Amino acid sequence: MNERTQRLRCGTLEAIPSISSERAELMTSFYGDELGKHSAPVMRALAFRHLCENKTLYLGDDELIVGERGPKPKSVPTFPELTCHSLEDLRILDSRPKTSYAVPEECLTVYEEEIVPFWRGRSLRDRIFAALPDEWHKAYEAGVFTEFMEQRAPGHTVLDDKIYSMGMLDFKRDIADALARLDYAADPEALDKREALRGMDIACDAVILFAERHAELAEWRAKTEKDGHRKAELLKIAETCRHVPANAPRDFQEALQYYWFCHLGVITELNGWDAFSPGHLDQHLLPFYEKGLEEGTLTEDSARELLEAFFVKFNNHTSPPKVGVTAAESGTYTDFANINLGGLLADGSDGSNAVSHILLDIVDEMHLLQPSSNIQLSRKSPEAFLRHALRVISKGYGFPSVFNADAVVEEQIRQGKSVEDARAGGCSGCVEVGAFGKEAYILTGYFNLVKILELTLHDGVDPRTGEQLGLQTGVPASFESFEQLFDAFLQQLRHFIDMKIRGNQVIERIYATEMPAPFLSVLIDDCIQNGKDYNAGGARYNNSFIQAVGIGSVTDSLAAIRSVVFDESSLTLRELVAALDQDFAKSEPLRQWLVNKTPKYGNDDDAADDLMVSVFEALFDMIDGRPTARGGAYRLEMLPTTSHVYFGSVTGAMPDGRKAGLPLSEGISPVQGTDRKGPTAVVKSAAKMDHIKTGGTLLNMKFTPSLLAGEEGLTSVAGLVRSYFKLDGHHMQFNVVSAETLREAQDDPASHRDLIVRVAGYSDYFCDLSVELQNEIIARTEHEGF
Amino acid sequence: MAEQGTVFNIQRFSLHDGPGIRTTVFLKGCPLACAWCHNPEGMSFEPEVVIVGNRCIRCGECVEACPRDLPSGDGTGFAGNRADCTVCGTCVGVCPTEARQVVGHSMTVDEVLAEVLKDRVFYDESGGGVTFSGGEPLSQAGFLLAALDACKAEGIHTAVDTCGHAPRAALLSVAPLTDLFLYDIKATDDEVHRKYTGVSNQRILENLEALGREHGAIWLRVPVIPGVNDCTENFAVTGKLAASIPAVRRVSLLPYHPMGNGKRDNVGQPAGMSDLRSPSEVRLQELAAVVEDAGVLATIGA
Repeated sequence: MNERTQRLRCGTLEAIPSISSERAELMTSFYGDELGKHSAPVMRALAFRHLCENKTLYLGDDELIVGERGPKPKSVPTFPELTCHSLEDLRILDSRPKTSYAVPEECLTVYEEEIVPFWRGRSLRDRIFAALPDEWHKAYEAGVFTEFMEQRAPGHTVLDDKIYSMGMLDFKRDIADALARLDYAADPEALDKREALRGMDIACDAVILFAERHAELAEWRAKTEKDGHRKAELLKIAETCRHVPANAPRDFQEALQYYWFCHLGVITELNGWDAFSPGHLDQHLLPFYEKGLEEGTLTEDSARELLEAFFVKFNNHTSPPKVGVTAAESGTYTDFANINLGGLLADGSDGSNAVSHILLDIVDEMHLLQPSSNIQLSRKSPEAFLRHALRVISKGYGFPSVFNADAVVEEQIRQGKSVEDARAGGCSGCVEVGAFGKEAYILTGYFNLVKILELTLHDGVDPRTGEQLGLQTGVPASFESFEQLFDAFLQQLRHFIDMKIRGNQVIERIYATEMPAPFLSVLIDDCIQNGKDYNAGGARYNNSFIQAVGIGSVTDSLAAIRSVVFDESSLTLRELVAALDQDFAKSEPLRQWLVNKTPKYGNDDDAADDLMVSVFEALFDMIDGRPTARGGAYRLEMLPTTSHVYFGSVTGAMPDGRKAGLPLSEGISPVQGTDRKGPTAVVKSAAKMDHIKTGGTLLNMKFTPSLLAGEEGLTSVAGLVRSYFKLDGHHMQFNVVSAETLREAQDDPASHRDLIVRVAGYSDYFCDLSVELQNEIIARTEHEGF
Repeated sequence: MAEQGTVFNIQRFSLHDGPGIRTTVFLKGCPLACAWCHNPEGMSFEPEVVIVGNRCIRCGECVEACPRDLPSGDGTGFAGNRADCTVCGTCVGVCPTEARQVVGHSMTVDEVLAEVLKDRVFYDESGGGVTFSGGEPLSQAGFLLAALDACKAEGIHTAVDTCGHAPRAALLSVAPLTDLFLYDIKATDDEVHRKYTGVSNQRILENLEALGREHGAIWLRVPVIPGVNDCTENFAVTGKLAASIPAVRRVSLLPYHPMGNGKRDNVGQPAGMSDLRSPSEVRLQELAAVVEDAGVLATIGA
């Protein structure tokens, strides 16, 4: 890392996250003037252009890649048309101890005087909540499920290779062709399509305009720049911004700058989940890298410098904070952009290359919170690529995470995608699979499996509130066999899955009609050809995911019930539930028995693992393939992000011996501390799930640094990963920090501010995590070789 | 298969008992009594009840259950004579916390093989396999032979971790079924060896020579015990010995760790060398260099 990069890196690490009201003000004045004059897509496109035309620009002293969403690094705009922060929300954001955002006084004033009065009742969140039925609200408030789209738009997608050969002017030509093809006599949707396409066309102009403004700013700066070298850089920036995104990029810098304008466009237009991601960056950049080296316009060092400057831009973009802030649901500054390395080319050959290795070095050297990174490991990936990645992993930043590229392809083919589109796809967010540049794959919310069992054990009543939330499937005394109880559990499960899907249909419909994303639609095939917005089903592939949480905890709880109540008959179900209701206050020996002497998932023991498979298969049957409001299909994913902590906090004591309020198991990992037979047994248990039927699963392994030390350590861990993938496992991530280090960081956060750990599908600053989550990470079994 | 063995642990994901990811099968009982033993529960040939004191919640279930009234009043230990325990397992069965466990189970070859096969995919992907350790596996030579035979029939890489103190015929009988021997040389000085292990090293050294003539892959293993065998002389002699036997591929220096002390307490043995510390990294490097001077690969830890 050279001196400039060090300055850039320091700058982004030291920048303090803050709230900027500029976007909210621009949107409010625009909507005030224009509301009711345009169709929804054109209105959204004009609003986007208004932002591109008027937002404050930023060009930092050392920057090579330019453009910020806010007026300066880590200054985060708000999206009141989607969700409007109250004054109280803003004050909490400003003052909360963890992941706070500085809120300037003038921001509070403008919110009080203009923003809140205009958007109250008009913001999409208000309208979504008004449209959802009472049963949905009750289940949502009880913590049966969460909902992604109640305050962030369905984004969560990834770009493919199209921008490296096509400029916005090319997209405009495609749009014009699609407009010309419209048959108003034969196609009843022609008018809607026209409006959608007009919106896309305006969005292309808007982002070109945004780049032109940066070109002007760079030229203006160059005029007064005394340092000759920097002056040349500024002129190069200006030239780059004049050329892209209007035209296809010609060199390495233009390729990166073009992607960056697309990224900014997508995250400025709406606040989509998981920001936006460049996908197979190594594959996309290789032609520009090779060409630059050949022509002598680029060296390996200058390519590294540009990539490092590019990484800093990601880290500058802190996630937009949520409203109705609770500590439980607001744990991170990361916005989940994720870069794929390696993988497969569309023709099925190995996709790793020289740029993959450079990017692994940069991940290692920069170790910034964002962007996150992963390797896509296929059977064809060279061992040297895996070992390089493992050496970076062994540093303990939690990235890159490791995905099974072959399984990722198979999962997508099962969903009906073409093999080429599947190979060009990969993973984003935490572990989610998609066809890059061709799919709207949308997360709908986390689903609390353990709460469902709790409701089943209480005849549908939530013991926390006494409210009848679920079906009346029988009191504990009424179950004569384990099968009867399991059947009741499945009835409750179906009841709430159906409720979740009913709610989601409403939300998707509202987004489709009210909140199109014309700029994102330009970038995702086949929105232009279909004349249909990304949020309305315009993409080639459309999938909506429900993310199930707590499979380990629910498996162990069911296994414990079967063992003590039905196999050993050592107590009745009624007695067991009574002990749960008292949080084991008077029955510690019973709790110990449940913890230590009943079958546990994660030990390669079919007595528990078979139940995991039964629950998984039932979930899959209840969800997979059901139609969405966008004309796509619902799919199942097994990942928690941090929701296992929140869900645990609203779920009482359970038969696996877990006390009330403690975190649930995360991802498909075993319950924290119950995997006693080591990592191979965990891998075997986890692989009994049919990962190919999912859209992503998350397995977390915590290793001490010594395990990955030396070449023999790398060989063992490489063998572990390859074995899991041979068994069709989807993803594995590593926390390589000793529990001792984590405890030190808890005691002395000031000296551990840069300690990054793997949370669940992403990495975060350990000291920014809630104490509950910190403890949970410490408790996850620390694996050593024996 | 009728052959039965007494096994005290089957450890999956073993990384330090041969190449790759391995499953180590620990056979119970050892003819040596090393003062630093880190597997004291493997010394006796008989099953034993162990008590992990810090897991005990003093619920008293074992006190109620024991037919011979052996547990102490709070259940954390033995009140009566430990030798009176018949290892009937009643207290272990009722203990909710696994503070009480039986160490040592009779297993058939098929049962052991079933456990070993569970991790076959990992052996295939990492170049690993099974390691028989102990205790001293050759003390149950018939069982070991049958178990090795079963593993070889499945195409699994086999290793035997031995102290070398066994009948020559037993050692040589398993050699054709063993891909790799991990052979302990605890001290080259016979006086030191007798003092700290209870037996002479003469048979061990002779067996090594005999094995070296019959077999092609041996890793010597030397526990590095500060104050006992960590002198330069011991490692110079070990290096020379290793160099004289072409089958010896490497010498592994295994630094002493005090983990065994707690476990001694669990099985009711008097503390061994409780004041002992692990050797320093610097000293280990020095000793490894001494071995390498003899022209043999030396590794630390495995």
